[in-house]
Amino acid sequence: MTSKNLFQKVWDAHAVGKLANGQTQLFVGRHLIHEVTSPQAFGMLREKGLPVRYPERTFATVDHIVPTNEASEPYSDALADAMIKELRKNCEDTGVTFFDVSSGNQGIVHVVGPEQGLTQPGMTIACGDSHTSTHGAFGAIAFGVGTSQVRDLLATQTMALNPLKVRRIEVNGKLAPGVYAKDVILHIIRTLGVNGGTGFAYEYAGNVFDEFSMEERMTACNMSIEGGARVGYVNPDQKTFEYLKGRPYAPTGQQWDLAVDQWKSFSSDQDCKYDDIVLIDASEISPTVTWGINPSQAISIDESIPSPDGVSSAEKESIEEALEYMKLVGGQPIKGTPIDVAFIGSCTNGRLSDLEEVASLIKGHRVKEGIKAIVVPGSQIVSKLAQEKGLDEVFTEAGFEWRNAGCSMCLAMNPDKLIGDQLCASSSNRNFKGRQGSPTGRTMLMSPTMVAAAAISGEISDSRLVFNS
Amino acid sequence: MALAKITSIEGRGIHVPGDDIDTDRIIPARFMKCVTFDGLGEYLFHDVKFDQEGNQKQHVLNDPAFRDASILIAGSNFGCGSSREHAPQSLYRAGFRGVIAGNFAEIFFGNSINLGMPCVSMTVENREKIIRLVEVDPKIEIKIDILDLNVVAGDLILPIDIREDARNSLINGAWDPLEELVSTSSSVEEVAGNLFYR
Repeated sequence: MTSKNLFQKVWDAHAVGKLANGQTQLFVGRHLIHEVTSPQAFGMLREKGLPVRYPERTFATVDHIVPTNEASEPYSDALADAMIKELRKNCEDTGVTFFDVSSGNQGIVHVVGPEQGLTQPGMTIACGDSHTSTHGAFGAIAFGVGTSQVRDLLATQTMALNPLKVRRIEVNGKLAPGVYAKDVILHIIRTLGVNGGTGFAYEYAGNVFDEFSMEERMTACNMSIEGGARVGYVNPDQKTFEYLKGRPYAPTGQQWDLAVDQWKSFSSDQDCKYDDIVLIDASEISPTVTWGINPSQAISIDESIPSPDGVSSAEKESIEEALEYMKLVGGQPIKGTPIDVAFIGSCTNGRLSDLEEVASLIKGHRVKEGIKAIVVPGSQIVSKLAQEKGLDEVFTEAGFEWRNAGCSMCLAMNPDKLIGDQLCASSSNRNFKGRQGSPTGRTMLMSPTMVAAAAISGEISDSRLVFNS
Repeated sequence: MALAKITSIEGRGIHVPGDDIDTDRIIPARFMKCVTFDGLGEYLFHDVKFDQEGNQKQHVLNDPAFRDASILIAGSNFGCGSSREHAPQSLYRAGFRGVIAGNFAEIFFGNSINLGMPCVSMTVENREKIIRLVEVDPKIEIKIDILDLNVVAGDLILPIDIREDARNSLINGAWDPLEELVSTSSSVEEVAGNLFYR
């Protein structure tokens, strides 16, 4: 048998056949839905009189529009209230499991899937959200899809797709202290470009990824799409299996052992072929911060903001556009840029280990006066576990607001928004113009620890100096 | 219901400058609080067109000369970012029927084809030619020919590229795959039954 990489194995196990246009009809084992991109799909099914074909394979939660500081419905935003009720009704009507706010299991879809044990190696997973690549951390092939494909998945549990090429990205060496998974993925995107991954699945590997926890792997896989790669994954290993064991939807008893054998078989074969291989030296990665309006516009904390002088004309235009929007000056150090808001949360960095790491550093520190700092757990379970460890008190004592689970300020489809041209140090995944709710709001992406350092000093800072670590 | 065979798109053009135009730029997230796609056309490029007080900015998208444009001409990596189908839906509902760009983000591209809105790639040199033409004469008719793989405008005939499967889907009237996906239910059941998980 020819050797294959994980992508090819998972693809082959789920391919139904070729469609007339040459695409593959791919079976999707787990379909995750949320309130923003599913209502239109349910509407289309109703119009066509089609049922949900495999309701037991679709799971829903509500995240984008949930207010993080209102406990009960009806929400003060009538549109948000209509959206949650629409999802609830669609799930009731079709038999889809809904992790509702009242269940204690609600949260950001890419936090909920893994923590429920729904995300498992060797699966195909899809969700109407581009950060679905997160689930690849488990050795699943996980695609972000549009609403028409959500409809296709509800109706048939399949979608039309082309296979992707696979680029192996090996990060080897030793990460410096204060350098996190977020810095690694920002560095990868900076190196390969914001569209370098178009047409590719990224296989993340090397000793750095081997040593990463599952939550760190999720942070990296989450941002694959920010580099243009629709899919990002890590081969499953003992850590993957240990993370899954005992979770509500993980196999149990004899089924568990069978599943682990299956899962192992999906790992990329040692001598398999890749369409491309990129090697990255871990020692070259520093705490990284974005300065521009897309996630590849990132530099290390010790670097200066790029200057439009002396570069090609196309690059000059994009630097000038970014500097103008960000109200930054090329050639100046990024360190010392004053901030207005600090946001810790999102499907990239809203998990328990993210909160634990920051909480372990901020004791004895205070958020600088005038800075609005919020912490938003990625799910109700993350929130509960954090509270059991007293993390909420650590954060509130330091001057952070402790909020309910949701997407919050990552995309501001809820009351958490920037105002005017506020600058936000953010642990989220996108720094697009207007992303955080104000058309002139400014976003700088970084690790949660760097966000905390900025909150405490009131400006973009090297967390290693702020926390003496 | 049979879908239209889309072999060409004809209309006037508008050039929206810049590379890496992301989905938040095409339609800001705050306008996605809706349970249908109806009315999304109104919010297309909202923050590019309007300032915070709701006044029109100085931008080609507000220029009455280009009001009837149905073909968008853009830079490279158009539609990057979110998977939101709201982005191509807002373009389509604002009257756009085709996009010419350097290249496209993958999810945006697929979503657009699913709506029957061709997205074709063209080199930067050729895009500059067509942009000049449109800027001189906004009324000039542009034809995106999916069969012959070129764009015709005035005296210009410029080559374009589109993924083979997308081209097949458009010209055969099969750009919405649902019917075909539904038709294979027995094979789907077989694959589902053979999987190691339920």
